[in-house]
Amino acid sequence: MPGPVPGIDSARGFQHPATPADRARALLRPRFWPSFISWLQAGPMMLVFLAFFLVPLVFVVIVSFWDYNEYQLLPAFSGRGYTDTFEGCVAKLPELCTIGRTYVKTVELCFLVWAITLFIGFWVAYFLAFHIKSKTWQMGLSLLCTIPFWTSNVIRMIAWIPLLGRNGLVNSALVDVGLIKQPVEWLLYSEFSVVLALVHLFTFFMVVPIFNSMIRIDKALIEAAYDAGASAFQTLVNVVIPLAKPGIVIGSIFVITIVMGDFVTIGVMGGQQIAAAGKIIETRLNALQFPAAAANAVILLAITFLIISMMSRIVDIRKEL
Amino acid sequence: MTETTRKALSRRTLLKGTAGLASLAAGSGIIGAPYVKSADAKVLRYLGTAVNEGDDISKQCLKDTGIKIEYITATTDDVTKRVMTQPNSFDVLDTEYFSLKKLVPSGNILALDAKKIKEFDNITPVFTKGMTPGGKKIGDQGTAPWKVLYLEGKDSKTFSKTATEFVTLIPTVYNADTLGIRPDLIKRPIESWSELLNSEFKGKASILNIPSIGIMDAAMVVEATGQHKYADKGNMTKEEIDLTMKIMTEAKKSGQFRAFWKDFNESVNLMASGETVIQSMWSPAVTKVRSMGIACTFQPLKEGYRSWASGFCVSKGVSGEKLDWAYEFVNWFLSGFAGGYLNRQGYYSAVLSTAKANMEPYEWAYWMEGKPAEKDIKAPDGSLLEKAGAVRDGGSYEDRMGGVACWNAVMDENDYMVRKWNEFIAA
Repeated sequence: MPGPVPGIDSARGFQHPATPADRARALLRPRFWPSFISWLQAGPMMLVFLAFFLVPLVFVVIVSFWDYNEYQLLPAFSGRGYTDTFEGCVAKLPELCTIGRTYVKTVELCFLVWAITLFIGFWVAYFLAFHIKSKTWQMGLSLLCTIPFWTSNVIRMIAWIPLLGRNGLVNSALVDVGLIKQPVEWLLYSEFSVVLALVHLFTFFMVVPIFNSMIRIDKALIEAAYDAGASAFQTLVNVVIPLAKPGIVIGSIFVITIVMGDFVTIGVMGGQQIAAAGKIIETRLNALQFPAAAANAVILLAITFLIISMMSRIVDIRKEL
Repeated sequence: MTETTRKALSRRTLLKGTAGLASLAAGSGIIGAPYVKSADAKVLRYLGTAVNEGDDISKQCLKDTGIKIEYITATTDDVTKRVMTQPNSFDVLDTEYFSLKKLVPSGNILALDAKKIKEFDNITPVFTKGMTPGGKKIGDQGTAPWKVLYLEGKDSKTFSKTATEFVTLIPTVYNADTLGIRPDLIKRPIESWSELLNSEFKGKASILNIPSIGIMDAAMVVEATGQHKYADKGNMTKEEIDLTMKIMTEAKKSGQFRAFWKDFNESVNLMASGETVIQSMWSPAVTKVRSMGIACTFQPLKEGYRSWASGFCVSKGVSGEKLDWAYEFVNWFLSGFAGGYLNRQGYYSAVLSTAKANMEPYEWAYWMEGKPAEKDIKAPDGSLLEKAGAVRDGGSYEDRMGGVACWNAVMDENDYMVRKWNEFIAA
C-alpha cells in the first residue's frame, strides 16, 4: 500500500517559495496535509467499520469461549460451545457427525448456487456489455434486472411455493400435458427448490460486478484480438474472462458469503428438513445458548473466510482494481 | 368533558412523539432508555406473542380503564430472549408457563400478588389444582402450570409446592393441541398419534420445527406406537431423547415428512395446499384452513392432548404507579371482555364465569359445552367460522382439557435435546 506518495511530496518541497511565509506553508503542507486529509476521508468509514463490525466480532469470539446455563451467560472460560458442536466427530468416524454433515451440505449447496449464478450472471453481463450498443439501453436493461428487488426477499422466495407444490402450477401443467401421471414431489421442499430459489435471489449480485468489469474493457483490445485472427472463443478466454476476473471474484464473494450464512431460504424452500450452518446458529440462539451460537458463528466465519481467501489466491483483487 | 379529553389527547400525542424521539435517540430502548412519564397517559408496554394481542382487546381496555397498551409482538423464543437481554424494554409480560424455568431464575420478572387480583379465586382449577371444574384429573407431564404457579416469597427464585400469594404468572389463556388432519384426503378415522408415522402418509406428514414443542409431539407419537413409555415426556433422560430422535430420524430418512413448519402461516399453507394431510397443528391454524373452505379437523386422539398455557407478569423494572396500572390491566383482562374474545377464537380463558357473561348463550354452548351450534358461529371479527349445526372438534371444555396428557416443557436436559434436534434436522 503506497502511503503518502513520496515522489509528489518531495517535488512540492523543492519548489521555490517567494516569501518566508510561503516557505513555511510549503514545508507544512506536504508533511501534514495529504495524510491528514486521507485520514479524514477514510475516518468515518473506519469508525463505522470499527464500531459495527470489528468490536461486535471481537465480542462474538469472546462470548464463544464462555460458559452458559439455561438462562444466563457465565463469563468463565469454557470450550463447551466448541466441544459440544464437534460432539461425536471423532467417535463416529468414518461416519460424519452433525456439524460435519451440516457443513458438507451447506458447502455443496453453496457450490451449486455459485456455479449456476456465475454461469447465468456472466452471460447476462456479457450480453449487456457487448451486445447492447446504446448506453441508454444498457442502463435501461440493467435497471430491468433490478425490478425483482422492488419486492422483499421473502416474497420472491415464497412466490415459488404455489408454483412448485404438489398441486402447484408446474405439476398440474405437466399432468395436463400428459408428461407425468403423478405430481412430482421433488419440485418443492427439496434441494432442487432451495437451489432454484437461491439462484433466483442472488444471480443479480453476480451480474452487477461482472458487468461493471466488462464495461471497462477497452473495446480496442477486442478489435485487436479480432484483427490478430482470434476466434470468438479465443477472445472470450484470453481477453474477456481475464479482464472480467475482478468482477467475477467480487460477485462470487457476494454469493458465497450470503449462501453460506443463509438459513431462511434453505428453511422455507427446503421444508426445514435440510441442514444449514446458519440454522444451527438460529436454533442455539432460540434456546438461549448464546456461547454455543457464538462458537458456531466463529466456525462459520472461519470456513467462509477460508473459501474467500482461496478465491483471492486465484485473483489479487487489490491489484486488479 | 369533551374539551378536556381533546386537550389531553393532543398533549398525549405530543408526548408520545417526544417519547418516541427520545427513545430513538437513546438507541430505541436497547440500552434501557428511560421512558418519558406523563401525568395523564397511562401507557403499558406489553411484550408477548400474537396470540392474545388483539386490537379489539387494547381498544376496549383503553375505553374501560384509560390504559393504553403498546404491543411488542415477538415469537415465543424471542419473547424469552428479550426478557433475558432487555428486561427494561417492556412493562407487562405475556408468556407461557414452560418458559418460567428460564425466566424465574434470571430474576428479570416480578411475581404478582394474588391478593390484588380480584378474580383470582375464580380462576379455573385447571391452573390451581390440575383438575377440570368437573373434577377430571389432568395429565401432569411436562411443565404443568400448577407446578410453577407459586413462588416461595416475593423475590424468591424457588417454585412453591403449596399455594402462596406470590404468583409467577396470572393465567390468561390456554388450549389443548393435537394433530390436524385433512379428512377429505385421508378418508378414514384417525384415532392415534401413531398415525403421524404411518407409512400410508409417507411424504404427507409434518411436525413443527420448534425443538421444545416438537419433541413433545414426537414423544406422544413414540409412546402411541408402543415403542417406549416415558416416565415424564416433558423431562426426558438422555437415553429417552436419543430413542425419540432415533425413531424420528428413521422416519425422516425414509421420507415420511413432507416438510417441517416453524410458523403459524407455514402450517396453514402446508395443510391448505394439500402438501400434508396430517401434522402437528395449532387450533387457530385449523380454523384458518377451514375458513378458506377446506376441510380440516383438529383431531382428538385417544392418547390425549398436548397442552400449553400462558399468563401475565411484569418486568422487574416496574414499580410505583406503573405497577398499579399493571394490576388494573390484569384485573381488567380477567373481567370478561378479553375472556369472551379469546373463547370465541377457540382458546380458553382463565376465568370462565366472567367470560361466560360476555358471550351469547349459543356461543358458550358451542365453544365450551360441545353442543351443536344453534346459529352460525362467527369469529370476533364477524367472519363466519362454522355453520349452524356444527360441533366443535373434541367437544366440550371438560372433554378437551380433561384429556390433556402433557404440557409444553423445558427439560433438565434441554441443552442436550437441542443438540439432538439439530442432528435430526441434519440427518
